[in-house]
Amino acid sequence: MSAQPQIATPRIVEVRQNILKRNDELARELRRRFQAAGVFVVSLVSSPGSGKTAFLEKTLTLLKQRQYRPAALVGDLATDNDAARLARSQAPVKQITTGTLCHLEAAMVEKALEDWNLEELDFLFIENVGNLVCPASYDLGENLRLVLLSVTEGEDKPLKYPTIFNSSDVAVVTKVDLADAVEFDWNAAHANIQAVRPGMAVLPVSAKTGQGMVAWLASLPGLAALEPAK
Amino acid sequence: MHELSIALGILEITEEEVERRGGVHVDAIHLRLGPLSGVVADALQSAWQLASEQTEFERSRLVIEEVPIAVFCSKCQAERAVQSIQQFCCVECDTPATEVVRGRELLVSALELAE
Repeated sequence: MSAQPQIATPRIVEVRQNILKRNDELARELRRRFQAAGVFVVSLVSSPGSGKTAFLEKTLTLLKQRQYRPAALVGDLATDNDAARLARSQAPVKQITTGTLCHLEAAMVEKALEDWNLEELDFLFIENVGNLVCPASYDLGENLRLVLLSVTEGEDKPLKYPTIFNSSDVAVVTKVDLADAVEFDWNAAHANIQAVRPGMAVLPVSAKTGQGMVAWLASLPGLAALEPAK
Repeated sequence: MHELSIALGILEITEEEVERRGGVHVDAIHLRLGPLSGVVADALQSAWQLASEQTEFERSRLVIEEVPIAVFCSKCQAERAVQSIQQFCCVECDTPATEVVRGRELLVSALELAE
């Protein structure tokens, strides 16, 4: 018998657990509920001040005018200013105050929807907290994720935040009424978006003048035959 | 800074595993992290120190394996790396890539245990 001391050998056990599994499971469940109720769900991500709320207010108003039944959930760190603005569209709006949390999670969406009847909605918009980093990781059960980029932010945003662009479905370029004033370089913006997410659809809009808003709405399911604004 | 939420998720998974196995000490927690997960390794290490403080995992190390982005290149008909996270093109043939195969990972892959 050798007199070697007994050394506990570390052993490695496989776990393979997705860290966000709880969020992902809940998001899947939400997606199933949305589909069963016939609600198409769109989430919006962007940096603060890129015009998410103005774009959403215009979207809700135009959908209401066309007899659709839209609603919105809006995430904000502390205030309910955005919800108050959106409520002017007459669509149901609910604020999710996240406190210090920099993003929305599926559980917050589920809780916010507790006293809403999804059967009474056609579209649900979820405005995430203004942040181009953290929301990328969290599935909210949406069908479509929009990333907004305003012409005043600069053309290189997609290169600075490739993850959020890569995880989104459509890029909406907002405030295009200001494009000339800030010498926005469309070619560079387009090239940068396509570099981080090849094939991504790009929709230029101005909530102020209404430019591009009908084309955006026409890209939603069931709205393809929408009349252009007169 | 959502790394703290992620760190708390790691804590929860580790607690569950330890409870299931009983009487084990966790030396290290191995993670697989992709660049498209939206989580930054350094920030996660700091968040882990905070999250694990005064728990039985206070001394457990986080070992983070970064998983490079891989795509399926439609032209090469094969799995390829991309030029960079800012240039989603096949490294071999420059074809823009849309089908991400790897790079979104955010998982606890293994635990290193001492009995």
